[in-house]
Amino acid sequence: MKRKPIFLQILENDKGGKIVLGILALVVIYVAFANLVLPQDSLFYVSTYTVTLLGKYLAFALLALALDLVWGYIGILSLGHGAFFALGGYAMGMYLMRQIGDRGVYGNPDLPDFMVFMNLKELPWFWYGFDNPIFTFIMIMLVPGLLAFVFGYLAFRSRVTGVYLSIITQAMTYALMLAFFRNDMGFGGNNGLTDFKDILGFDLQADSTRIALLIISFIALFVGYLIARFIINSRLGRVCIAIRDAESRTRFIGYKVEQYKLFIFIVSAAMAGVAGALYVPQVGIINPNVFSPLFSIELVIWVAIGGRGTLYGAIVGAFIVNYASTYFTSALPEVWLYALGGIFVVVTLFLPKGVVGLISKLNLRKDKKELSNAIA
Amino acid sequence: MKINIIKIIFLNLFFLSSLFANFEQDITKLQTNSLKTKQKVVVDLVEKYSEDDRTNLLLTKMKDGDLYYIKSSKKFVILEKKEGKIFHTKNFLTGEKVKPKSRRDFSKVKTNNKLRSIIKSKLAQMNLFSKKQEKRLISAKNILKNLDKELEPLVQKALLKEKDDDVKKLLEEANTILKAKYSSGEEQLTAVKELGDYLSNQTMIALKEIINNENNSKELIKTAKSSLGSVETIRSYYAVVEKAFFGLSMGSVLLLAAIGLAITFGVMKVINMAHGEMMMIGAYTTYTLQQVMPNLIEYSIIVAIPAAFIVSGIVGIIIERLVIRHLYGRPLETLLATFGISLILQQIVRTIYSPLNQEVKTPQWMSGALEINSALSLTYNRLYIIIFAVLVFFGILMVLNKTSLGLKVRAVTQNRQMAQAMGIKTSWIDAMTFGIGSGIAGIAGVALSQLTNVGPNLGQAYIVDSFMVVVFGGVGNLWGTLIGALTLGEINKFIEPVAGAVLAKVIILVFIILFIQKRPRGLFPQKGRDAQD
Repeated sequence: MKRKPIFLQILENDKGGKIVLGILALVVIYVAFANLVLPQDSLFYVSTYTVTLLGKYLAFALLALALDLVWGYIGILSLGHGAFFALGGYAMGMYLMRQIGDRGVYGNPDLPDFMVFMNLKELPWFWYGFDNPIFTFIMIMLVPGLLAFVFGYLAFRSRVTGVYLSIITQAMTYALMLAFFRNDMGFGGNNGLTDFKDILGFDLQADSTRIALLIISFIALFVGYLIARFIINSRLGRVCIAIRDAESRTRFIGYKVEQYKLFIFIVSAAMAGVAGALYVPQVGIINPNVFSPLFSIELVIWVAIGGRGTLYGAIVGAFIVNYASTYFTSALPEVWLYALGGIFVVVTLFLPKGVVGLISKLNLRKDKKELSNAIA
Repeated sequence: MKINIIKIIFLNLFFLSSLFANFEQDITKLQTNSLKTKQKVVVDLVEKYSEDDRTNLLLTKMKDGDLYYIKSSKKFVILEKKEGKIFHTKNFLTGEKVKPKSRRDFSKVKTNNKLRSIIKSKLAQMNLFSKKQEKRLISAKNILKNLDKELEPLVQKALLKEKDDDVKKLLEEANTILKAKYSSGEEQLTAVKELGDYLSNQTMIALKEIINNENNSKELIKTAKSSLGSVETIRSYYAVVEKAFFGLSMGSVLLLAAIGLAITFGVMKVINMAHGEMMMIGAYTTYTLQQVMPNLIEYSIIVAIPAAFIVSGIVGIIIERLVIRHLYGRPLETLLATFGISLILQQIVRTIYSPLNQEVKTPQWMSGALEINSALSLTYNRLYIIIFAVLVFFGILMVLNKTSLGLKVRAVTQNRQMAQAMGIKTSWIDAMTFGIGSGIAGIAGVALSQLTNVGPNLGQAYIVDSFMVVVFGGVGNLWGTLIGALTLGEINKFIEPVAGAVLAKVIILVFIILFIQKRPRGLFPQKGRDAQD
């Protein structure tokens, strides 16, 4: 008998995951095809704007997935996951800044524009190496991972849990935001990093580059999903769920709870870093607002609305909320904050398992009905 | 010869007339082009009418170049506003507004540098012999600010007469500075030595001048240096006191912001992310009250305190009844839901009041500063906020410990089921507790409106800080909140000058993260059965 490919093995009992990822794959392939091949006046043509938007949503979906891994499966409600996302984004932004070379307004080949503007004479030490894509790629995962390690080590070791942990993570991202808003931090202050030209030698404005980034974003999301699902399906995952449901009992049985938490937290942070790195070239800017507590809490609502603890639910939630956000902020900007606030309240009150939970509940009801019909 | 006689007669007439003249007539003599005459008039005026408030106003306006007279009627006016060539003025004597007129209808009472410096020194000394202590105090301060060698006899004369301690101190300082600067030999040396006991900027400037003057003897410079050293030591001591005061006032604001949070979180295990917006509502209540009664700004703050308590409290109770009561026992969910509520409240405020910051006026009695000495002055608004925070804190402590409502609240905190079994309506207690917590946040908003801008983001700026206070102090413990708030306020104000405001915040956050390594449940952790959640 022929062996199934590994990803199908991982997704074996995951109907929802297969559906969500399948639909996304089809959409991405269609969008890529429609944007590149079809003529502009065709009815089925997809604009580059839509391509970028979809790419951004995919990056957000990966971020939501990362959060669902820690919140849904090991019970850490991180209100500071935006910080890991932003750090990955800044790492990518630094690489892109270095790629601009002498095409900046000041034409300085060694220093990004904002440093010339700030009268810096040479590159700060932490900018070294970011002209190398491989180094950058390592940093995209290493920096958030390192922060997660230090922070998680301190927090989990002293058994900060529940609400306290949430508040402390929020304080962490708040502190980073304040720091990154400072001009003398060497990250462009409140303007952040922007005016990118190209990536790995390809023009960032070109349609083909956009499509490539879209596809890479999808692959990243897909791989991220497989990794998360693999972890959850393994024995490790079952320990995680045990920790989520009864931390003290798991500890008494003899598991080193802190180590499990720390591991999942680091994996999740690195995943969020990759999401940030994919977000930056597609949106074209990274600034300290991504560190703001508001963004991190919004992110929690993506996961909550999609359905916490399902992985694919997080992806669905990210798409729903961000699509709504894009729609409302342009159509009815006044209404958006009301809507967002309302969503927070309604979801926590009436949809504790999110949209995904609602669907499966309806399915369950249908099944029961069929069952009772069959019996009758 | 003939001319001389006329002159004598004229001068006599001048003096004679001055005996019977009054202020209104005397000042008309300023309507001349001769600067010498004006000098004389100014000196005369000060001598004759130093007790008259109008003299002060006249000379100030003249010095600033805002004093004019109308060519036709010869009446003095004060320039208020220029619009191109059109002047808006008011009558100097009656204070009535004069119809805007062209520049050509006015003549300016011109001055030159010499005249201005005379006016300045006359203004400074004018009230030095007044019968009122306040006037003498102001005058003495003015003299200290504009010290001049010519003033020495005046200062000494005043010193002999002066009985009031505060004024005397200032005059003595002025006298010592003058001696240190302009006398010589032993007297100068003693004066320089004595200056080490004084604190004002003038003392420091004088000492520095002496040190930098190469003509002075080595001994004098050495003495001046040691005096300067001791002045600086005393001043730096007061600087620490002042910083501690600022820290205390910031701590008080944090305390006000955090008490409500500590109550809702400690008693009900509800993380109220909309707490900051309750403060915002309190601040906007103050603003609205001032709009409604613009003539009663002096009392508006006092009315605003109960009003803000009630408004924020009612909003809190509504939120509790509508949303939070469905979420008890699920703290993370209350966090999300109340965050949503905070977004909605902010947007409501933006819709009603505009997204811009609004200005809340400070009543007269809250502005200004209490001057302890020339190196230390404490602003009244901060002073009142400290007192206010302490009152609120002990008020809440009393309510919780001495009233039957407080007893019930504590019963529910300790054992909800048991309290219910004893016949306490726990859901009513929940609503009341949440209302009280929100109401106190509203009161905090009233206090904040006196310190910062009132805008839709007001609450956001304080929510992270107040959570830090609660986490640092230990949840559900009011004394912990008190100590936590004051500690964080003080740390902040002492790091700020060294590291800058932003970095100070970052350092505090890092400090708290490290602190909970040692004490994960804060300074005063909750003990007992339900401590573990």
